[in-house]
Amino acid sequence: MATESLRGAYGQTLLKLGRENPDLVVLDADLAKSTQTMVFAREFAGRFIDMGLSEQDMVSTAAGIALTGKTVFASSFCAFLIGRVFDQVRQSVCYNQANVKLVGTHAGLGVGEDGATHQSLEDVALARTLPGMTVIVPADAIETAQAVEFAAATPGPFFIRLVRGNLTTLFGPEHRFVLGQAPVLRDGTEITLVAMGAMVEKALQAAELLASGKISAAVIDFSSLKPLDGDTLLRFARKTGRVLTVEDHSLRGGLGGACAEFLAQHCPVPMTLMGMDDQFGRSGKPEDLYAHFKLAAGDIAAAARLLLSRP
Amino acid sequence: MNEKELADLSEIARRIRIRIIRMISMAASGHPGGSLSAVEILTCLYFREMRIDPADPALPDRDRFVLSKGHAAPVLYATLAERGFFPPDLLDTLRQAGSSLQGHPHRLDTPGVEASTGSLGQGLSMASGMALGLRLAGNPASVFALIGDGESQEGQIWEAAMTAGFRKLANLCVFLDYNDLQIDGRVSDIKDVRPLREKWQAFRWRVHEIDGHDLRQISEAVAAFRRESGMPTMIIARTVKGKGVSFMENNVNFHGQAPNAQETAIALQELGYGD
Repeated sequence: MATESLRGAYGQTLLKLGRENPDLVVLDADLAKSTQTMVFAREFAGRFIDMGLSEQDMVSTAAGIALTGKTVFASSFCAFLIGRVFDQVRQSVCYNQANVKLVGTHAGLGVGEDGATHQSLEDVALARTLPGMTVIVPADAIETAQAVEFAAATPGPFFIRLVRGNLTTLFGPEHRFVLGQAPVLRDGTEITLVAMGAMVEKALQAAELLASGKISAAVIDFSSLKPLDGDTLLRFARKTGRVLTVEDHSLRGGLGGACAEFLAQHCPVPMTLMGMDDQFGRSGKPEDLYAHFKLAAGDIAAAARLLLSRP
Repeated sequence: MNEKELADLSEIARRIRIRIIRMISMAASGHPGGSLSAVEILTCLYFREMRIDPADPALPDRDRFVLSKGHAAPVLYATLAERGFFPPDLLDTLRQAGSSLQGHPHRLDTPGVEASTGSLGQGLSMASGMALGLRLAGNPASVFALIGDGESQEGQIWEAAMTAGFRKLANLCVFLDYNDLQIDGRVSDIKDVRPLREKWQAFRWRVHEIDGHDLRQISEAVAAFRRESGMPTMIIARTVKGKGVSFMENNVNFHGQAPNAQETAIALQELGYGD
């Protein structure tokens, strides 16, 4: 299967949007080469501001620029864009309802060798609690491009979470991102695998493993973390009676938390939440880390079988 | 500024002080000290220096004001009401459930409030962002902001100072309300922010030092800002916390405490309320 860089898609989409919208401004904090905002900066130097290593200032400045009528994208690694500057995101951006799009890259274990300091495992939980904040976690380059275009066209605060590495391309170029609609990538009848970001391709691989054992698993790409697609979740919880969530993120407050909050109120079913359980990440190659923290396709399939064996 | 203009502005400042005391007293909570210390600065900006239209708060080329020390909301609300952005009766609802006057300024609730502030340090970055945005758009408007001396202990102030200086934001004019008091005591005892002039100059700002209660000096400093180009302007305004009410002046207890009924009566009497 072909893989593509989500960051690359972000940079190219910014460039396209920059050509269409003269009021688009992009900020970065000395990571423009990594986040790929550099692609925009090369063509639109006047509308690109490298804030240097000042993430707090970057986020509040982005809000200030937005309050003059601009659409502002601000990027850094997720660890520094949400965790480090949560209060600025909360007050300067969300409380002001500023038209700021925070696009964080290098989320989760996929950071790899840089280790725990740079592996953001809390950003979705943090961003999801903020009033007015839309949270999107794309699973491939096509969905990334679509989500970025959608955010640019929609007033208000957004957080888009991207991973460092390439991910399997799941969607065709005709795919259209719709906020609050979780794409069902594979239908199934016995269990539903709900995944986000880098875990979506692993959930698909797990579904294949399960299928070889005659277990029918549905796979949902839960890219719209907020607003959450309750209809699809409810439909599949009722249909399969078992829901497993898997995320490259803390178990507390992320994808699993969001799904559990919803299903507990609307359709309680046996669930398994897979993710990082009260622990920091470590250095290593991403695939080795997913294996180390039991987030590989085989681990997901095994957890699914265990969930199915529960009464 | 001639004598008549000075007398008129002084009278407005007196009325704003009365409104501050009355609204905080009615709310039974709020921050009188740091509101009273900034009365002349806001009076001069809103009644003389800024290009604004209360009838059209969204005027594209209006000058902006950001109250970075958001806890001084009462002075902003009193000034906006006095200037005609909303009816003064509203001031009686400060901090009450259902009121459009939040404890700290919220731009979505109150006409004339440009930025929601409260967590210290963020307002200066937002003002700097506005200045950048206006410059990008070729908009001639200026951005004014007020920061506190205690607030100057926030790291973000210096991140923003570096940005505005480096980016040569000549359309940004910031006042420092230098009253040397913060919640826990004297700023100079807790974490001294001096030397201030040298710091701001080192961050590539043009610095003026004035008496923050002298309307003429405030006006002259703003006029200098309008004349000058090439860098942002910092106006270090020496002020007295609680200015205008004898028992509140230089009294740290009135940073965030409302006067009781008796204190309110004395304060209003000192300010000539009802005269």
